[in-house]
Amino acid sequence: MKEGLAIDVRNLVKKFGPKVAVNGVDIQMPYGQVWGFLGPNGSGKTTTIRMICGLLKTTSGEGTCLGYDIEKESRHIKIRTGYMTQKFSFWGDLTIRENLEFVARLYQIPSMKQKVDETLENLGLEHRQHQVADALSGGWKQRLALAAVTMHGPELLLLDEPTAGVDPQARRDFWNEIHRLSTNGMTVLVSTHYMDEAERCDKIAYLANGKMITKGTVSDIIDRSGLITYTAKGEFVRKMASAVEGKPGVEHVAYFGSALHVSGMNRELLEGTLKKATMDGMEWTEVRPSLEDSFIALMKSSGEDTRRHHD
Amino acid sequence: MINLKAFSGRIWAVWVKEFIQMRRDRLTFGMMFGIPIMQLILFGYAINTDPKHLPTAVHVEEQTHIVRSILQALETSGYYDIISQTSDPSESQRMMASGEVAFVVTIPAGFTEQLVRGEVPQILIEADASDPSASSNAIARAGAIIRSALRNEFNGSLSYLKPKPDPYQVVVHALYNPEGITSYNIVPGLLGVILTLTLVMITSIAMTREAERGTIENLLAMPAQPLEVMIGKITPYVMVGIIQTGVILLASRVLFGVPFVGQRWVLLFGVAVFVVANLAIGFTFSTIAKTQMQAMQLTFFFFLPSMLLSGFMFPFRGMPSWAQHIGEALPLTHFLRLVRGVMLKGATLPEVQTPIFAMGTIAIVVSIVAMLRYRKTLD
Repeated sequence: MKEGLAIDVRNLVKKFGPKVAVNGVDIQMPYGQVWGFLGPNGSGKTTTIRMICGLLKTTSGEGTCLGYDIEKESRHIKIRTGYMTQKFSFWGDLTIRENLEFVARLYQIPSMKQKVDETLENLGLEHRQHQVADALSGGWKQRLALAAVTMHGPELLLLDEPTAGVDPQARRDFWNEIHRLSTNGMTVLVSTHYMDEAERCDKIAYLANGKMITKGTVSDIIDRSGLITYTAKGEFVRKMASAVEGKPGVEHVAYFGSALHVSGMNRELLEGTLKKATMDGMEWTEVRPSLEDSFIALMKSSGEDTRRHHD
Repeated sequence: MINLKAFSGRIWAVWVKEFIQMRRDRLTFGMMFGIPIMQLILFGYAINTDPKHLPTAVHVEEQTHIVRSILQALETSGYYDIISQTSDPSESQRMMASGEVAFVVTIPAGFTEQLVRGEVPQILIEADASDPSASSNAIARAGAIIRSALRNEFNGSLSYLKPKPDPYQVVVHALYNPEGITSYNIVPGLLGVILTLTLVMITSIAMTREAERGTIENLLAMPAQPLEVMIGKITPYVMVGIIQTGVILLASRVLFGVPFVGQRWVLLFGVAVFVVANLAIGFTFSTIAKTQMQAMQLTFFFFLPSMLLSGFMFPFRGMPSWAQHIGEALPLTHFLRLVRGVMLKGATLPEVQTPIFAMGTIAIVVSIVAMLRYRKTLD
């Protein structure tokens, strides 16, 4: 494993006209880790990733990626990086095989035919290799894209919401592949909306409105949120939810199946409210807050309302 | 330091991709071969700068042998088709105004008598000159047609009317196209027009298509340099241009019988330079346009002056100097000089080095603009 930082950027700023998309982001990411990039739509995740791999010029800020300057040496970064775009952006009118061959030629991969055969075999797409890429379903397109951007053996993998709109089985396969690549020494930065995916990462960075709100391991972030969460189970939880929502000390109410999570920052106020809101046959027990509870608390404490419409 | 192997390898990657996409896109493919053949047939058969059989009304007030032989000479010349004979002047004027006839020939009463008496009577030919090129040849020939018709009549007792021959002779040799066949001029020119239209149009969407489909992000994330992308994207179409040239030359021979006097390889070399210049222009448009629609508009913005100011439609030397200067900046202008030179005049390479050099200069300058315009980022 290489020593040092795979990504080392400081105070990245990107403006599109008057709109500030990224507002002073720092990332110091060591080689060999898998980092999750979280945040609502429009928080600047994609823009940050694009600046790191040289697809966008920075408005200000500086840094290196794989030891190369992100402004001046993006060519070297591109050779050593695999970037998977949010929207499938391989060529739909080329076949699966032709897409892989294009990538292999462009990156000058030696013994191209063998490498493409191997990749198709790993993907399990040999029998469909002569279909155009547009004929693939969403999940398969994502797997093809991942295979294509890793074929040249990049040191760093940048994945922009790779599993959006993909079914759970395909997502699981996708993440197994990411962990396999990581085990082989690849550094991975992946943006996602899914909490369960975030929990598979070594570290998480949370962006909102172009700023990094927090970063750390899952338990760091949960601890740091200072959140207290109680849960109750039973048939009355739905009634209970409306009874406690908005009451003193209650900041966030969420269902987890038949269980209700009620969270707050102030233990005294929260416990006071819950004591009053007790019915026969139900009991409040304290649990460790989930990552989702923690993020919502973090967002509120940083004054950012990120509950927007997803596009 | 440039790694030549990597450079050519990446060009090859883009080349193969572009070639497959070109082959698979039926519309583009049809355009590449359908447009040339259609245009060739339409223009080649339709354009005639020496129009004949123009409808003519005749207003004669006497019927004599001499008048009849004048009218007959006008008809047999092929330029005038007499479709109406009238003795009412207002009727012939109406026909002229409504466009039913292009000429009205008026021979007044007493013409023959005055002629015989040597009083120099007049024949009036009124021409619809609203389209000068449609009537000019017929007008120019009118005097000669009538003169030769009457010369045959001025025999025997009328021989004193025979004009004295000029004390000199003017000898005119119409070189390269002695019969003045329009298609000899139009068809080689069409080769340039067709190559300009199809090649600029195809390459003008080279980058905009990637942008509209979102594949540009992938392309830019890969280590392909602007020059590699440009060369890889335009060279498949050099082949297309050469094939189109073959099709058009064959058709010009078979359908129109246009002679090919010069050396083929000189023309082929010129075509190659011309094709590259056009492709570079198209590629430049694709770096400027944001959508395929804009790319099409730019193409036509370029195509119109190419048609009008290059000397294809109208004589280049007849244009004012500012228009000639614009024309000199268009590759088609130089190509027309080259193709007419080689095909009709049998010009050799040294004789056409100026147009080839001019087209090469345009190609290089435009390519530099394209490289400066090429966006390496998504900004």
